[in-house]
Amino acid sequence: MIAHVTRRGLLSGLGLGLGALTLGLDLSAAPQRSTATVHAAFDPSVFIHVATDNTIQLVCHRSEMGQGIRSTWVYLFADEMDADVETITLVQADGDAAYGDQNTDGSSSIRRRYTELRRFAATARRALLEAAASQWRVKPESLTVKDSMVSHAASKRSATFGELAVAAAKAKLPPPARVTLKEKKDLRYIGKEIPMADAPLFATGKAAYAADVRLDGMLVAVIARPPVLGATLMAVDDSAAKKIPGVKQIVRMPPASEPYAFKPWGGVAVLADNTWAAMRGRAALELTWASSPHGSYDSAAYKQSMAAAVQKPGEERRNKGDAEAALKAASTMVERDYYVPHLLHTPMEPPAATARMVNGGLEVWACTQNPQTATTSAAEAAGVKPEDVVVHVTFLGGAFGRKSKGDFVAEAAFLAKTTGKPVRVQWTREDDIQHDYFNAVSMQRFTAGLDAGGKVTAWRHRTAFPPIASTFSAGADTPSERDLQQGVLDLALAVPNVRAEAVSASAHVRIGWLRSVYNIFHGFGVGSFIDELATAKKQDPRDTWLELIGPARQMSLSDLGIKGLSNYGASLKDHPVDAGRLKGVIERVTAEAKWSQRGPRALGLAAHRSFLAYVATVVSVKKVGSKVAVDEVWVTIDAGTVVNPDRARAQMEGSVIFGMNLALHGGVEFAKGMPTASNFHDLKLLRIGDAPRKIHVTLVDSDRPPSGVGEPGVPPVAPALANAFFALEGKRLRDLPFGRAFGMS
Amino acid sequence: MIEVQINGKKHQLDVEPDMPILWVLRDVLGLTGTKYGCGQALCGACTVHLDGRVVRACVTPVSRAAGKSVTTIEGLTAKGDHPLQKAWVDLKVPQCGFCQSGQIMTAAALLKKKPRPTDAEIDQSMAGNLCRCGTYTRIRAAIKRASEEGR
Ligand code: FES
Ligand code: FES
Repeated sequence: MIAHVTRRGLLSGLGLGLGALTLGLDLSAAPQRSTATVHAAFDPSVFIHVATDNTIQLVCHRSEMGQGIRSTWVYLFADEMDADVETITLVQADGDAAYGDQNTDGSSSIRRRYTELRRFAATARRALLEAAASQWRVKPESLTVKDSMVSHAASKRSATFGELAVAAAKAKLPPPARVTLKEKKDLRYIGKEIPMADAPLFATGKAAYAADVRLDGMLVAVIARPPVLGATLMAVDDSAAKKIPGVKQIVRMPPASEPYAFKPWGGVAVLADNTWAAMRGRAALELTWASSPHGSYDSAAYKQSMAAAVQKPGEERRNKGDAEAALKAASTMVERDYYVPHLLHTPMEPPAATARMVNGGLEVWACTQNPQTATTSAAEAAGVKPEDVVVHVTFLGGAFGRKSKGDFVAEAAFLAKTTGKPVRVQWTREDDIQHDYFNAVSMQRFTAGLDAGGKVTAWRHRTAFPPIASTFSAGADTPSERDLQQGVLDLALAVPNVRAEAVSASAHVRIGWLRSVYNIFHGFGVGSFIDELATAKKQDPRDTWLELIGPARQMSLSDLGIKGLSNYGASLKDHPVDAGRLKGVIERVTAEAKWSQRGPRALGLAAHRSFLAYVATVVSVKKVGSKVAVDEVWVTIDAGTVVNPDRARAQMEGSVIFGMNLALHGGVEFAKGMPTASNFHDLKLLRIGDAPRKIHVTLVDSDRPPSGVGEPGVPPVAPALANAFFALEGKRLRDLPFGRAFGMS
Repeated sequence: MIEVQINGKKHQLDVEPDMPILWVLRDVLGLTGTKYGCGQALCGACTVHLDGRVVRACVTPVSRAAGKSVTTIEGLTAKGDHPLQKAWVDLKVPQCGFCQSGQIMTAAALLKKKPRPTDAEIDQSMAGNLCRCGTYTRIRAAIKRASEEGR
């Protein structure tokens, strides 16, 4: 529903006044809404505010974390409104239930709302145009709109949006039947090269992130958290900490309890008048911790137990034909296991949040992907009502899923309430690494049966990993359908007998979602195993991929052997599991990489469907001295309609580096319940010299509905890299990380 | 009192001499363009120039800057029009932007010393600056673009 906005409270909160045209787009009736949001009579999720001075304020209710949503937002609206881009100011929305779901997650900012957003902008344009038509008593069809100006050529009359705004605000909004969207050929910005609005801020250090918030009388808090999940504090000796100049206060945090969800971890906070003093104060604390049931968590032992578990059948989750019988009847059987450790987010900006009490309410500044969970987490920690919390969203210095968790915001809220002072909680890099919400560790077992002619007749996939559900419901150890849709259930295969099983695994750390989530290890397993089948079949891997995927077709649930597919919240009608699109990106990327004329180059290929996009990646590796270097990478993505091609390419480039990072350097292992890394000396991240010489990105031209682009570039990278290494060295890499094989320390 | 020139302006600082420059800039002076990413000279987010040379502000005590001159991203140019800053905008290098002050400060020192760096020299000089968003290929291209402009 699109309507005039009259809720003064919301508008004044954003510094906007009434008296001109303000439209709100109500997304509250739309599917996939977070259940936590309040259902008011009218929830304007997006605003267009046309002021009488001919400026336009546009509210963006999603967080900017490197994906370029703020530029995309401005140009998307400018295009369909025929507005002058120069007159548009973007207002970053605070957290408010009125905006509907603000969670910037699941590669969803554009894909879920594309048509609605365009229709909304087109309605604003039409309202202004109709206002002009009735003023001049001419037919709307005789008017044109360009750069925020409505014109009537015959009478040489024209008026700016600003001049028409009041009249448009008074009139009834044009009904949907009178609002048409532009045809593709008439689009001016959508799908075209557009400037990056925030780039000058980033290039001059002016973009304000969470740690850049400074309030009068503010204290900076650095917190000593339990070294092991669930360990409680026995004793504190803070006498040395108190002596550090600048340290003002020491506060015990409330102990955390299961389920850990977004709750603070407990521990002891050192508050000081500068960050350095707080860090030194924390280092000077003498703390004694009780033991925790998770204190014996050990990655090597856990890996062994998962390797044993996938040898036995798990719970059936996908079944077509009779894979067990076909495996027995097969003339050759190929069976392989793949391991991926816990992976970390490590956004370049460690978590930070500032909070202060104002008139019994709470005002918060945070680098949050999800201002609404930030609001509820803060409210709970400070013991105030969610409606008395305002969360201002800063720029996010990277996030990758970490900053949709509200734990660090809750810490700031608790300390602001306890001390009565403005408090910024600053996580150190060590905190960020050791108290992450880790991506699940996993073991995958694949078994395939081949007949005498080398045809694959059976495919069995067993997956074991502790699910994210364990963070919210203690003890949860079995994946849900939503977990398995990520590369297990939605894998297009032209194999007559297919079976997938889930093997239970329990969590000993907080498990969270990380850019592309379970697709990382499912994509690594599938992409590596298909390459191994090519070896078994003595076939070119590209041909094995195409043979296993089979002819171009949309897969029905029974083709897939499943009863339903949550499909990232999208309908199967709009976004079917399309074998043709998966094939398409493989054919395209191999053409771009000149796969068939590869000569002595060592190339590896992998492809994956996730977040409704289809991505295929080719990696080229070569020996440089004693090292193996990644020379070039080709990525082809079919993401349907792409609104901002440059940012889509940037996401693919970033995904290549992200994927190489996790493949070569992995994440963390645990010993005695604690991560074995603490900062960038023992947690390695890819540096510029390790980056490919070139990354070539191809965006498939398409009119289909948009899919996600922030995450789907990640899953094919690790398997393509391992497969390229096999092409070079004839050795399989089945356990992540494998940087050592590449000669990295 | 420690006297330091910061972005061309003299400051008398009443801080502990071993406080790292990073925290003097951020917490005492409110110059927040210089970022904290690791605190251990491992990521480069805090890169500034001390008498024209690259230092990691997170591990450099302010006493080392006494009587010297510090340049931060805020002081690199008055108008944000350094050839590198222009190239960063033109080639749309940043994603989240958090590492980019440090990247640009390191690159600026490189170009001063070597106006036309090779790929290998770029990789070597920029090795201390992490970018988790993975903008490395564009960083290389932008440094080259800026070095051509300086020609
Ligand atoms: S913060 Fe100084 S190098 Fe990372
Ligand atoms: S742009 Fe995000 S860390 Fe470099």
